[in-house]
Amino acid sequence: MTVTTPAVAPAGADVATLRVVGKQVQAEGVLTLDLAAPSGGRLRDWTPGSHVDLVLPNGLTRQYSLCGDRFDPTTYRVGVLLEPESRGGSAYVHRELAVGDVVGIGGPRNNFPLVPADTYLFVAGGIGITPLLPMVRQAEMLGADWRLLYGGRTRRSMAFLDELSAHGERVLVRPQDETGLLDLAGFLGGPRPGVRVYSCGPAPLLAAMEAACAEWPPYTLRTERFVAADGGAPARTAPFEVELARTGTTVTVDPGSTVLEALDRVGVEVLSSCRRGVCGTCETTVLAGRPDHRDALLDDDERAAGDCMYVCVSRSLDDRLVLDL
Amino acid sequence: MTVTTATATTATATTATATTATVPTSDVDPFSHEVLEDPLPMHAELRDAGPVVLLSRHDVFAMARYDEVHAALVDWQGFQSAAGVGMSNFRYEEPWRPPSLLLEADPPRHDAPRRVLQKVLGPRALRRLHERWRADAEALVDEVLAAGTEFDAVPALTSVFPLRVFPDAVGIGQEGRENLLPYGDHAFNAFGPSNDLVAKGAPRVAELSGWVAAQCRREALAPEGFGADIWAASDRGDITPEMAPLVVRSLLTAGVDTTVHGLSAVLYAFATHPDQWARLRSDPSLSRVAFDEAVRWESPVQTFFRTATTDVRIGDTVVPEGRKILMFLAAANRDPRRWADPDAFDLFRDPSGHVGFGMGIHQCVGQHVARLEAESLLTALARRVRTIELAGPTVRHHNNTLRAWESIPVRMTPA
Ligand code: HEM
Ligand code: FES
Repeated sequence: MTVTTPAVAPAGADVATLRVVGKQVQAEGVLTLDLAAPSGGRLRDWTPGSHVDLVLPNGLTRQYSLCGDRFDPTTYRVGVLLEPESRGGSAYVHRELAVGDVVGIGGPRNNFPLVPADTYLFVAGGIGITPLLPMVRQAEMLGADWRLLYGGRTRRSMAFLDELSAHGERVLVRPQDETGLLDLAGFLGGPRPGVRVYSCGPAPLLAAMEAACAEWPPYTLRTERFVAADGGAPARTAPFEVELARTGTTVTVDPGSTVLEALDRVGVEVLSSCRRGVCGTCETTVLAGRPDHRDALLDDDERAAGDCMYVCVSRSLDDRLVLDL
Repeated sequence: MTVTTATATTATATTATATTATVPTSDVDPFSHEVLEDPLPMHAELRDAGPVVLLSRHDVFAMARYDEVHAALVDWQGFQSAAGVGMSNFRYEEPWRPPSLLLEADPPRHDAPRRVLQKVLGPRALRRLHERWRADAEALVDEVLAAGTEFDAVPALTSVFPLRVFPDAVGIGQEGRENLLPYGDHAFNAFGPSNDLVAKGAPRVAELSGWVAAQCRREALAPEGFGADIWAASDRGDITPEMAPLVVRSLLTAGVDTTVHGLSAVLYAFATHPDQWARLRSDPSLSRVAFDEAVRWESPVQTFFRTATTDVRIGDTVVPEGRKILMFLAAANRDPRRWADPDAFDLFRDPSGHVGFGMGIHQCVGQHVARLEAESLLTALARRVRTIELAGPTVRHHNNTLRAWESIPVRMTPA
């Protein structure tokens, strides 16, 4: 096979917006979106368990787990469940969003990383299969011992069954209308060392997992709650102002440029390196205003603290940000 | 050196794939003493020869232009590290030590150790060191200037400061710290061919490796520090307890010589560019930019190799699967296709995007540590020193991977 090395990916704007290049129905109420950079260049690297923030054309921001192939550097895939109660997130994705549309992107970030182990037990509930799918592939690649228990309402509502069926007996598919509630205790077996248990799904499943793993060695169980709620402030598409506290200068950042570029235009140089929110070089202290974090570095607590931002990609939720520059 | 554009058949006993392509070929040995003394003319010739060049002496491919080096650095799928980032191909040759879990690993195995170190050495984690390192730098500069204003900057300053602050930050004991530089020097030589520089280090390999391994054990590390943080991550299961000592080893290998030579580079740059020193003195907040500009200009880490995971097309050449490719970070950092007036050390320039710390998933995880060391030392010097000039002939230190100084005699006038 001959591959051509992609040209150097342009910085900034290219990673901040992605184009929908595929939209496929995977199961009843579940579809996948394939996303690529408008230039077709490399996207930010990711690891299994990662999610991205998608800023939809209607202004809402939603988080989705990546469920594609990390060895494909130019495409992200996310799985989206149509929430019956949706107020514009998943309903918008299912009904309005079309191939060719452009979405804003933050991350990928990973709060649910796959740590090294000899044995993995995966438990998915419904759309919670999405972050586990790349984990399953990775466990297989590493030659680890692994099994997956996958529950859903009905067989027809459960995505990716075709791909998973290739793994034979390692995968237990358990639609609730056929087999009832998941037999967690039977699947997990007795507490033992050397095992990592990963689970993603609705809150009742995760609570049951916590209870089922109570006697296991600490740090055995890792969970990610599938957040269905349509929350979160809408991303702003209007320009915002950045005030530089040390000089009193104010710069306007319009939707088409990054804070880093806007600062550069007024001669304020902030050292940068990757310009994709992954290396940490351009970290800048925030004195006032709420940053709209688009980097792949800060964890949830650090984001909530709001005291610093990576100006190569992150933006502002408020009309004005004050930076320690 | 001769560069010829010939129709070369590039096949070795180790690869089944043979490819016939027009690839510029050079007989230069980048690891010869002549080139190590001054690699700049070779960098220019290799850049001009083409996007990729076959180095016939070692039968490896090489890239010296910014775009190609950058593209290879970020493309971990096509250019792997797990077959070694030196000339030796781990697919066929036994590594001289257990491979690094970071530098010499590919995803997925690279993921967990990288995630742990990125947090332990991240800008936020380093905040607690700012004050202490600044004070340490000021104390050292005072000490040195009190002893005299004319001295050799390498033994007096640039190799002293990192060795004073970094081993403490990792949390290793006081004893045997003099082993760190020779160990690192050998590790960086070992990325090259097995030439005289590697032979020079060979007699002490077992002893030095043993000492380093002993420092990485949990019992040997202070209860607070990067080392303890790494072991704590293994308690949480983020890495396994078997991985922890090797992750600590990465710090001890990659974190000492590199910063010593990085600081030497910036000091030499200022000693030879008095106008730039004056500019730094008028605005010490430029010290961050100054250090990165020096890392671009001098590239303390000159080269790393990758291995093609598939037949990779670079320009008109197909590099066959399994072949080694040498990336000249230093040549990329002075590529006139990317940088205006690349040979100038210039604080007005924005050095952002240089590849002196690499790029992509293996980009230097210690870069914020290196920058903090440099910022601390430069700020202290800018406050106390009005002028820096060379006070005698400088002497290079040759290493297969590092661009280094043995001696930089300087004269400083206190402010
Ligand atoms: C001026 C000083 C330094 C320079 C020029 C430098 C340069 C580099 C370069 C070019 C790479 C990329 C290797 C590759 O792509 O294969 C790298 C990786 C690395 N550096 Fe540094 N480095 C410096 C300081 C440090 C320090 C202070 C530490 C430790 C605290 C450190 C630890 C590492 C480690 C562990 C890696 C491997 C990362 C990975 O593969 O994921 N370096 N460094
Ligand atoms: S430049 Fe790398 S995070 Fe902004």
